[in-house]
Amino acid sequence: MMARLRRIAPSAYIWLFLAAVYFVLPLLATFLFSLRSNQTGKCCTLHSYGWVIHNGDFWHTLKISFVLALETIVICLVLFVPTVYWVHLKVPRLRPVIAFIALVPFVVPPIVMVIGLLNVYRGTPAWFYDKPWGILCAVYVILAFPYMFFALDAGFRSIDVHTLTEASQSLGASWPTTLFKVILPNIRVAALAGSFLALAIVMGEFTIANLAQFHTFPIFLQYVNETQAYPAGAVTLMSFGITWAAMLSLLFVGRGRGARPTLIAGGR
Amino acid sequence: MFRPDVKSGRSRLSLAWIGALPFFAYTLLFLFLPAGEVLVGAFKSVHGGWTLSNVTGLRHEPYYTAFKTSIEVSLVTAVIGGIAGFGIAYAAIREGTPRWVRSGLTTFSGVAANFGGIPLAFAFIATLGTIGIATQFMKNQLHIDIYGNGFTLFSKTGVEIVYLYFQIPLMILVIAPAIDGLKREWREAASNLGASPFQFWRYVGVPVLMPSMLGAVILLFGNSFAAYATAYGLTSGAVSLVPILIGAYYSGNVLDNPHLAQAMAFGMFLVLAVMMVAYIPLQRRSARWSK
Repeated sequence: MMARLRRIAPSAYIWLFLAAVYFVLPLLATFLFSLRSNQTGKCCTLHSYGWVIHNGDFWHTLKISFVLALETIVICLVLFVPTVYWVHLKVPRLRPVIAFIALVPFVVPPIVMVIGLLNVYRGTPAWFYDKPWGILCAVYVILAFPYMFFALDAGFRSIDVHTLTEASQSLGASWPTTLFKVILPNIRVAALAGSFLALAIVMGEFTIANLAQFHTFPIFLQYVNETQAYPAGAVTLMSFGITWAAMLSLLFVGRGRGARPTLIAGGR
Repeated sequence: MFRPDVKSGRSRLSLAWIGALPFFAYTLLFLFLPAGEVLVGAFKSVHGGWTLSNVTGLRHEPYYTAFKTSIEVSLVTAVIGGIAGFGIAYAAIREGTPRWVRSGLTTFSGVAANFGGIPLAFAFIATLGTIGIATQFMKNQLHIDIYGNGFTLFSKTGVEIVYLYFQIPLMILVIAPAIDGLKREWREAASNLGASPFQFWRYVGVPVLMPSMLGAVILLFGNSFAAYATAYGLTSGAVSLVPILIGAYYSGNVLDNPHLAQAMAFGMFLVLAVMMVAYIPLQRRSARWSK
């Protein structure tokens, strides 16, 4: 009986083999594509990677998306850390309300959001409406909000907010000191996890940037896909690399703390 | 000094709400206002008055087909993704399979569930497109010309094949804790009492997993229904899904009635809201076993 159980079941072999083929093949094909020459279509050359690295638009859009991601992360942390802290400390009755609001972005997908957003804010000052740092970042904070909230909420739940706050205050610390020197170091992992998720969302978001006509990294990627078959393989791999890096960092910082991989909806 | 003690906390409750005010102000400005504008706009006529004709107009073409295609694609990928994801997760978790398979699969699923959009579309063009690696391999080595036999990646079937790339990993992530909840002792107890594997699944396994399975499939449905970038990158809008149509209307291909895009958005909202209402109780129920 035990001997039979210890062996890998034949059906398990089949499932896992098919899964490996389906999931590895597209990655392999992209890699092989990226090695082909744009002139002859033959393997193997690194020209595509050279084309990408010497492309000004690549660096330009990558920089825009990266700065956008940093801005989104900063606004998210500034907005949500004090809010979640305050709610846990003073008004726990508000927690379900915020958790409910965190589900709203799943019912209002990006394609719906962007239409309402552009209609509502059309005619606002150019520094807000025409620049990615304005309206686009504002809505990316909303896209990142559910992930940031659930990460922070789990973080705050795992520490004793009341005791930490009381101890800090009875030793004479001010509110800012309590927040920065006592609370923040204790929820660092949760804040980092939320930040990596936000990074992955912003670096991959296409729908809103496309309809609002901002030239971010995913827009550049789509442009290359439409015009350059083989360099597109190289840019695609780099984009996958960014997702890998963000998600693996997430797993790495959350290791041993019960952090499970999360699904983000931004890229779809 | 302001001391956070519980006794005085109660009397300050009215003031304590103010601490969450920046958050509520932000979600009002950038979540509820835009979402509300779309929902209200769906019931506005071109001349400014109220009307139902935008929403009732969704019965006609091309909206009817778009909703039908979107729902079909979502159903097919949710069900196939659900079955395949469950099969793969169960194969990785069941006794006999080495432990590293499971941890590797979980890590990969966490990443792959987040692949999507333009890069994913390209990865499949490189695989199954007209000059894709797999297409060429089948044509030259196996003498199977899939494009000659009517297959094309830039079709509804193609979109479904690509969507499964993020649907299956999502299923694996969602269902793995539920499979963990299927305790080994139950299986041993059933087998000690003389139950066949079929009877075990019929009377124990399936009933316990059903709420989780249904909840996960609903989640997959919504995940596919809301997707835009992947289909856009794959077909540049050739397959008429609701998000693609909304995007095309909004970018100005059709401008006679801007409220039609809002009406379609309202339709999407309705489908996703129904989905959420069905999902939440199922999720609560399935949480019962995973404790």
